[in-house]
Amino acid sequence: MSGTNLPATVDQIFITFTHWVAHFFPSAFQPIVADVLGVIGIISVFPGLFAITVLLERKGLGRMQNRYGPNRVGPWGLFQPVADGIKALTKEDVVPFHADNVVHFLAPLILLTAVFMGFAVLPVGHHMELMNMDAGLLFFFAMGASSELSVFMAGWSSRNKYSLLGAMRAVAQMISYEVPLLLTSVIVVMLTGSLSLPRIVEAQAGYSGILPHWYVFTPMGFAAFIMFGIAATAETNRSPFDLPEGESEIIAGYFTEYSGFKFAMFFIAEYLAMFSISGIATTLFLGGWAAPFSFLTVVPSWFWFFAKVMCFIFVFIWMRGTLPRLRQDQLMNFAWKFVLPFTLVDLVVTGIWRFMGEGILRWIVCSLILIATYLIMGRTGMVRKPFAPRSYRYAE
Amino acid sequence: MSPVFYILSIVTIAGGLAAVLLKNLVHCALAVSVAFAGLALLFLSLDAQFVGFAQILVYVGAVAILVVFAILLTRGSDQPRESFFSRTWGIGLVVAAAVFAVLGWAVLQSSSALPRESAVPVASVHDIGVALVGRYVLPLEIVALLLTAATVGAVIVAMHEKDGTR
Amino acid sequence: MLGEGIIKGMLETARNFAGSYVSKERLITVQYPEEREALPENARVFPFLVYDGPEWLPGLRCVACQICEKECPPKCIYIDKSADKKPDAAGKPQNYPTRFDIDVSVCMSCQICVEVCPFDAIKMDKQFEYSTDDRFGGLLLDREKLAKSNEYYHQIHPVEANEVDTRLAEERAAAAAKAKAAAEAAAAKAAAAKAAAEKAAAETPAAAPAAEKPAAPKPPTSGGGGA
Ligand code: SF4
Ligand code: SF4
Repeated sequence: MSGTNLPATVDQIFITFTHWVAHFFPSAFQPIVADVLGVIGIISVFPGLFAITVLLERKGLGRMQNRYGPNRVGPWGLFQPVADGIKALTKEDVVPFHADNVVHFLAPLILLTAVFMGFAVLPVGHHMELMNMDAGLLFFFAMGASSELSVFMAGWSSRNKYSLLGAMRAVAQMISYEVPLLLTSVIVVMLTGSLSLPRIVEAQAGYSGILPHWYVFTPMGFAAFIMFGIAATAETNRSPFDLPEGESEIIAGYFTEYSGFKFAMFFIAEYLAMFSISGIATTLFLGGWAAPFSFLTVVPSWFWFFAKVMCFIFVFIWMRGTLPRLRQDQLMNFAWKFVLPFTLVDLVVTGIWRFMGEGILRWIVCSLILIATYLIMGRTGMVRKPFAPRSYRYAE
Repeated sequence: MSPVFYILSIVTIAGGLAAVLLKNLVHCALAVSVAFAGLALLFLSLDAQFVGFAQILVYVGAVAILVVFAILLTRGSDQPRESFFSRTWGIGLVVAAAVFAVLGWAVLQSSSALPRESAVPVASVHDIGVALVGRYVLPLEIVALLLTAATVGAVIVAMHEKDGTR
Repeated sequence: MLGEGIIKGMLETARNFAGSYVSKERLITVQYPEEREALPENARVFPFLVYDGPEWLPGLRCVACQICEKECPPKCIYIDKSADKKPDAAGKPQNYPTRFDIDVSVCMSCQICVEVCPFDAIKMDKQFEYSTDDRFGGLLLDREKLAKSNEYYHQIHPVEANEVDTRLAEERAAAAAKAKAAAEAAAAKAAAAKAAAEKAAAETPAAAPAAEKPAAPKPPTSGGGGA
């Protein structure tokens, strides 16, 4: 990836551009200028991606349900995001009379800030990360965790029972699925031996023949990838885990009482969270910016990163178009009785993998353990229990 | 360094004070999380990345949420009827001062806290990991066991009602 | 196995997704302003007034009897009865509405006005695109806007319109037969009177054309309506 040939130049074009802009400033300011440029890049690229994704989602969902999707605004409905944006900006901002004004106002700001911060550590291309931190992965999850509090703030400050219910559901769900989310990434950390995201990508950037060394192509990596995907879907409140905003039950959940631009901020934050979690999944399991085949490394690394993220987004949309919403008890049972134990087994398997050394044997042993666990836990988990008589433990 | 330190200190102290003085319990909980975040930023300004992020992840992400949940489930979130400030703020201040005194005493007594102009220790994540499962593996395991026991105990407490009297 | 159903479902939606680009029959959406589905025969929206013949005002079947105005549940019909009489389609002198307004923003499409009208003068329309900026004026339809020809009625409700036309034709034929019988009776009476008194002979020729005259316009109207 080094040298002065054309692919490498294109690959590093944004870095070169940043350096070029920065060299107009006195040397004391150069790092700050470079950082500001990076921040501008993040703030412009990902919301742009948001606009595209919303359109893709609406069109894709339509096609999955044998509909056209939006096709009125502009050619093939391409300007739909613009129309949506104008609509959101021109709507009246209604704050409920009894709402806790300060908290109600702060919640979307904190949420959006926390979500944007997560992008700072994502390596979107070779050498293209805003902060190369030793504990980058931890930073990412810390930011994800702080968004939970703002969700709660939004739901509580609205003084609306639906908002509060939505917030309680959201927080309970996010806490439950954060555990497997962290544990699955611990598997990657065990394999790499580092919490730094660029290091994790570099560890996967090699090739055997033409095949890449992505973690998803190892038995425990694959299992962890699936579990991570499930937990990520729950963490971003996407269908089938969209109980916190189940519109048939609690209107829009914790942002029921938000309107106009604040509503748009929640909407954007939700999609940005989806991008950042897709980005982290790409980084952890799919080799980040690394090309899928060794002969494809001529294509710039940032292209691969965004291509993989968009694949994730498509799967998110696909699942939303397919799966019905879970019930609250199913949600909790699934998290604590299937995902978490399976992830723990996976963690042990990763340890076994590390200590068995190279060879075909560890592939067989690890795969067998994981498949057996999956089958047994799937079998026992599928047993449908009869409903117990309804109890009103908390109703008094 | 120093202006950053002062800003963060003010934020942290303000958060702590608000947590003690405010009337509405949920506001208190939110103020506590501000204090937690301020502490985390203080750690970060000392280049202790791992501790700082762990502080945010555990305290802001989990502890504050649990506190808030506990408040909501015990109906502590009702609107305050009288003054904006808590009536028990005096007692709160006394308790806080007592805790502060104990902590300050402990810090002053410890030998490692003496101001030494030695090289700033750089604790990378790797070093922390090695220390945790190397030198401090026994305390770590004991804490883990304790927490597991607590979890099991909590489950038993919660399960008791189900097949019990009612 | 756990997850089997999910994969099956995902394949189904994938098939929909790909299929919707290949075969257009899958897309059930009707692109409304450009494409329209034919409304069913029985569709009904708001009432309209039927007229016979080429001119709307002389051809209106409505005789301003105001039954519909009284029966309309939300009271959205407003009728002013004319002072004078004009010949209706059948040539009989009748009153006519100088004002006939329906407030379609109030009308609830119950069809009661149609059921009660003894003259088959008001029928249900299929026109539903009444959207307007003028909420009050634009939705208060006057008699000119309400008047639609019998041909139009045949277009939108062919079966019903044929029934109405046959019934009207029968009624008119019966009326004609009755009138003829009356005329014949009058003629017979006149003949008897003639036999009795030769002096009144000057009046009989005047009575005979007057009896024949109402029967004359009827066959063309019902024939034209039935076509
Ligand atoms: S359809 Fe019903 S509501 Fe409408 S004008 Fe006729 S009687 Fe009135
Ligand atoms: S529409 Fe029919 S019922 Fe109504 S006034 Fe005219 S003739 Fe009478």
